Amino acid sequence: MSEITKEQVLHVAHLARLAITDEEAEKMTKELDAIIGYAELLNELDTDNVEPTTHVLDLKNVMREDEARKWIDREDALKNAPDQKNGQFRVPSILD
Amino acid sequence: MSLFDYTLKELQEKLHNKEITVTDLVDASYARIKEVDDEVKAFLTLDEENARAAAKELDEQGGDNPLFGIPIGIKDNIVTKGLRTTCASKFLDNFTDPLYDATVVSKLKDKKTVTIGKLNMDEFAMGSSNENSAYFTTRNPWNTDYVPGGSSGASAAAVAAGEVFFSLGSDTGGSIREPAAFCGVVGLKPTYGLVSRFGLVAFASSLDQIGPMTRTVEDNAHLLQAIVGHDEMDSTSADVEIPNYTEALKQDVKGLRIAVPSEYLGEGVSDEVRESIKAALKVYEDLGATWEEVSLPHSRYAVAAYYLLSSSEASANLARFDGVRYGVRSTQAENMVDVFKYSRRDGFGEEVKRRIMLGTFALSSGYYDAYYKKAQKARTLIKNDFDKVFEDYDVIVGPTTPTPAFKVGEKVEDPLTMYATDILTIPVNLAGVPGISLPCGFSSEGLPIGLQIIGKHFDEATIYRAAHAFEQATDHHKQKPALGGVKG
Repeated sequence: MSEITKEQVLHVAHLARLAITDEEAEKMTKELDAIIGYAELLNELDTDNVEPTTHVLDLKNVMREDEARKWIDREDALKNAPDQKNGQFRVPSILD
Repeated sequence: MSLFDYTLKELQEKLHNKEITVTDLVDASYARIKEVDDEVKAFLTLDEENARAAAKELDEQGGDNPLFGIPIGIKDNIVTKGLRTTCASKFLDNFTDPLYDATVVSKLKDKKTVTIGKLNMDEFAMGSSNENSAYFTTRNPWNTDYVPGGSSGASAAAVAAGEVFFSLGSDTGGSIREPAAFCGVVGLKPTYGLVSRFGLVAFASSLDQIGPMTRTVEDNAHLLQAIVGHDEMDSTSADVEIPNYTEALKQDVKGLRIAVPSEYLGEGVSDEVRESIKAALKVYEDLGATWEEVSLPHSRYAVAAYYLLSSSEASANLARFDGVRYGVRSTQAENMVDVFKYSRRDGFGEEVKRRIMLGTFALSSGYYDAYYKKAQKARTLIKNDFDKVFEDYDVIVGPTTPTPAFKVGEKVEDPLTMYATDILTIPVNLAGVPGISLPCGFSSEGLPIGLQIIGKHFDEATIYRAAHAFEQATDHHKQKPALGGVKG
């Protein structure tokens, strides 16, 4: 059975860019442990010679000519943004 | 009798003969919403002013196609240009001005349907009861103490309550069929790739499909016909020949070979549901079809595989919600990484976070092979089960859900119990085949029971044929919930 630790949960939360409190991490540790524990049911299956399915249809890469097409303009692209300046998305500094 | 008790064909005759106008239909829709939506709570956003203006224009123009002037509700994870689209998430609470229409929405506009509003759902389509909406829980019109199902719960409830003539939902693990079963309407999950996903806010891209929700099978076929087709804006959209679905309804089911998986009538399925399915099989026998019990031996692994795969895909898809380009940004953050972390903390609900965490874990270094890849291999085995059965049978028939609707609050505390609700619908998404749910009876508590019919890839026509034959031989679809004090 799986044994997820709180440290793992905090690490995964960081990877997922999700701020969680200590309390939430504790709760999530239990829940994820239960779900992963359940998912280990799959270990009953012998899948040594089974190909993974990423996609149910036999699709090939879809290509088109590399030409610029009209889509939304800059003004439209910015109109739902939480913050913007000089025609660009505005964010806080990336470096501390 | 409400206008929405007529079939599409009857409504078109009335429009054509000028007995009614598009404005009458739109008026009927908003009047019904005012009458019952305090109880049902289906709509997140109404578009009344635009809908009335559109109706007026359509009445002046006139038109002639099966969907002309019909009021429709759209699940709130399908993008509508200029009309607020929230996915029932606080993250998108302020997303009031989407830039384009989803392909399905453009196609319906071409057919001159009228969009009444946007329908509630489980946040980002993650849930089976509508209780994961960040706004409110939609109620089951048959008994408002019960859930309508999910995630397209309001899409089903609005049709069952007669608020709109029909609606669009989306289905990743059962999100059209389960609420259709719980609310006693007809809901189809098309073959993966048949309907464009362009403009559907992605949950799990290898599983998601948009589909029609209606009162009758014939109406469902009409609505599917309008939304299918290859779309270059969706690279997973299939380029296949589209049959005439309503033509398929004219054929009877004599000689139809039905497979009934023993796993779909076994443990966990309630006696009432099992009896309803057996009664349905008797109807098929009387209509000249044959049925045999078969096995889909890997069914019991489907829920585990599904939660690993769909959550992994969701963790990648929901990375786009970062508080930079749209949506709500946390005001607490002082640097870039905290903008992401705090905005996502504030914007996402509990279940969405749980799935992002599960998916990120399953894809993380050291666990990828053990969980994600293992689930992909299990998916192959599940798909092979279906392929094998379809070598000898035309359709697979069973219940849509193990039980009728459950009470609001009954399963919220335990994610795994909630996940098990979709045990009979999830395998269909994993295999990518189409499936429909239609009413086949009622429980002793008066809640609808759904019959699921599963078909071969791109063989929606045979599903409709089988569903229509059953519907016409029974009268379950004619029952209506008592709401607002009077029946229907």
